[in-house]
Amino acid sequence: MEPPQGGQPPSALPPAGMTPPGRGHSSAMRRRLVKIGGIVLSLVLTLLGLLVVTFVIGRVMPIDPVLKVVGERATQAQYEAAYQALGLDRPLWEQFLRYVGDVLRGDFGRSISTGHPVADDLRRVFPATIELATLGTLIGVCVGVPLGVIAAAKRGSWIDQVARVVALVGYSMPIFWLGLMGLLIFYGILGWVGGPGRQGIIYDGMVPNVTGMILLDSALARDWGAFRDAFSHIILPACLLGYFSLAYISRMTRSFMLEQLSAEYITTARVKGLSETRVIWGHALRNIAVPLITVIALSFGSLLEGSVLTEIIFSWPGIGQYITNAMLAGDMNAVLGGTVLIGACFVGLNLLSDLLYRFLDPRAG
Amino acid sequence: MTRTISLRALLLATAVAAAPAAMAETPADMLVVAAQVDDIISLDPAQSFEFSGNDVGWNLYDRLVDFDPLDLEAGLQPSLAESWEVSEDGTTVTLTMREGVTFHSGNPVRAEDAAWSLQRVVKLDLSPAFIFTQFGFTPDNVEERIRAEGNQVILELDQPYALSFVLNCLASNSGGIVDKETVLANGGEDDLGNAWLSTNSAGSGPYTLTAWRPNEQVQLQAYEDYWGGAPEMKRVVVRHVQESSAQRLLLERGDVDVARNLSPNDVQGLAGNDALTVTSEPRGRILYMGLSQEDPLLQQPQVVEAIKHLVDYQGMADSFLEGQWIVHQNIIPAGYLGSTDENPWSLDVEKARELLAEAGVTSGTLRTVVRDIREYVDVAQTLQASFAEAGLTLEIQQMTGAQVLDAYRARQVPIFIGEWGPDYADPNTNVSTFAVNPDNSPEARHSQLAWRNSWAVPDDLAEKVAAAVVENDTETRSQMYLDIQSQYREIAPIVPMFQRVEQAGMQANVQNWSAGGSVASVSYRQVVKGE
Repeated sequence: MEPPQGGQPPSALPPAGMTPPGRGHSSAMRRRLVKIGGIVLSLVLTLLGLLVVTFVIGRVMPIDPVLKVVGERATQAQYEAAYQALGLDRPLWEQFLRYVGDVLRGDFGRSISTGHPVADDLRRVFPATIELATLGTLIGVCVGVPLGVIAAAKRGSWIDQVARVVALVGYSMPIFWLGLMGLLIFYGILGWVGGPGRQGIIYDGMVPNVTGMILLDSALARDWGAFRDAFSHIILPACLLGYFSLAYISRMTRSFMLEQLSAEYITTARVKGLSETRVIWGHALRNIAVPLITVIALSFGSLLEGSVLTEIIFSWPGIGQYITNAMLAGDMNAVLGGTVLIGACFVGLNLLSDLLYRFLDPRAG
Repeated sequence: MTRTISLRALLLATAVAAAPAAMAETPADMLVVAAQVDDIISLDPAQSFEFSGNDVGWNLYDRLVDFDPLDLEAGLQPSLAESWEVSEDGTTVTLTMREGVTFHSGNPVRAEDAAWSLQRVVKLDLSPAFIFTQFGFTPDNVEERIRAEGNQVILELDQPYALSFVLNCLASNSGGIVDKETVLANGGEDDLGNAWLSTNSAGSGPYTLTAWRPNEQVQLQAYEDYWGGAPEMKRVVVRHVQESSAQRLLLERGDVDVARNLSPNDVQGLAGNDALTVTSEPRGRILYMGLSQEDPLLQQPQVVEAIKHLVDYQGMADSFLEGQWIVHQNIIPAGYLGSTDENPWSLDVEKARELLAEAGVTSGTLRTVVRDIREYVDVAQTLQASFAEAGLTLEIQQMTGAQVLDAYRARQVPIFIGEWGPDYADPNTNVSTFAVNPDNSPEARHSQLAWRNSWAVPDDLAEKVAAAVVENDTETRSQMYLDIQSQYREIAPIVPMFQRVEQAGMQANVQNWSAGGSVASVSYRQVVKGE
């Protein structure tokens, strides 16, 4: 028996492009084009808005970027020379236009806190973050979804209580403390995992840099020693991030599931004699797929921003630390470049989850 | 039964997994250092002005004269320059180059390279430029005044200076000699190679740069043809590790050989571990208190004098500053020419009360702006407590480093608590900022600390400072600085309190470690690893 395709659409379902049914082929084409245009336009506007806000915040921030360049010993003449070289003597709108113009040509400028071109810096730090965030989210999904489902199915049971405590601890525990304790126990005392950093000293630079993600690069190079080493370094911070994302994912899964399990089609399914396993995993879970994907995408997106504290504890050279350092130095090129990149990722993730909705829920065509 | 077996299996698995936990070890010819190195913004000697950047440049480049890392007290030694002499009128210094030294590229090190390297520091006019422009060099005249003749470099100064002063400046990180031909070949025509040298090396020093990944790592490779002998450590890796506790774990696990930023707590935690040692080395930085002369209360000399007696120097050095700072109440750091260990002040609330009463002050409110670093805040709070005993209220305002610096530069900090690090290994580096203020008007916007505290340095002190810079007899010069400091302690509204000590934790087999003391930067070429 096919699972009922109907049921109530979950209330958390975002209004994913509910257009009226089409009337003809050409009008459908046009509609699709308009839709794509709309998506592109909203993408551009989002990024532009992001740029404007970041730019303004950066300029009103009480941090003087010139000082980072010239140092505290600088004479007034040196200070002014650097001030002009950074273009800070120009009106704000002109600085902004100039910046946008450069970005459109693919030039994010040079970072004043690292001395490198921002594009190079981002190419280096972002893969480190993607690698960590992906693994963290994977752990979060693989543990969090089943946990949430079981907690909802056995509401009030001990496993539900456990899930609740896990989520609560994940929400309230300072990541700094958890990270240090994890390092102390699993690295310092037991020696099961690698220490801070992405790689052991021996393997550094042994694998050709293709994607910047060391796990992937060493797998591509079939260097399993390097792979094991990289894995032993990433697993602890990934578990830590995974824990936080599983706390969120399991909580959301549970509440989505509870809503589904009280729906009429579930009762119908049960009445028809379907096994409880089938009802829960086959029907109810399938129907929460859409809101669940939103939750997972959001959680992944927030990990992509970089978890600054995790990066600091584990000496993980990711984008969170990069942007934070840049922010504290008033290094606007780096901050803007990083913001645009993360903004683009969020927009991309939104698009991707949009596409997935369509795939999973035919009504969201 | 199955249950017991699985439990035993589990225990066994744990034991097996824990077995490789026995110390990892770094390769015998490789030095791995954990440190905070996120302050590097450029590796160009003409630009680098941060501690970590200088720590790298110090090993990539040779200077004309240099310190022996194993005997810093011996003072300056010949390096790329084999000998030097000063003309009779004291305005021309001639340095003769060592023969047969080659850059990493294989190019010979010529007088022309040396002259060009020094010229570009002046022409680029970046942070360290003042170290050379103080001798009258300008971007316009420097090509004539610093020039190569045969195998000699000739420096024509605008007036006579003490030779020790000139040489000490040449021994600063910005005096690193770069390979002119290599820099020019890498697009150095427009910016004198500044962009390229920021991320690449072209020197003759004991190490070459393999990689610099900002906020992550610096990798150096030994230069086998180094004129002073190939370094024992063939590779040096400096890893950026922000957290003291993470540095300690890495050290304890044997994944790094040296950890340079351990907190007092973590240093204590290492005690009793036979595999590790902790070294202490005084560095050049001074932690001082500036009392702005814009504040009506602080303008009164008795109040300034009273505050000097309201600091619990020893108490702080023995508690939260232990192992990191030692009491030092003078503007010239220990290890420098003319330094003194005369530390006359101690916490004396009674005396402070008397002095305040003399000035007719029974109560008052003062404000301090401190950077949000634990040590500074602790110092401020200790001051707050002792000030209160004498009837003074101290308000503490915390800000980020950049914000504090901004306010300080604008003379808006009534009581400043912070550090000053010397720029080159001559006493003048500190004296010229603590005790020189050519124009105390608000518009002058000088970078001197005296100006930032709105302190108009009295003429007689200013004259002494000027005289010490040109005194060529080193013994007399040293005496002059002692005299300057003694007057400074009497009258200045700037109170030096502590000098920095660097504690580095390291594996017991690491020998000859030198972070550079108070006069130099870290040097790796003499480091060896025993059994």
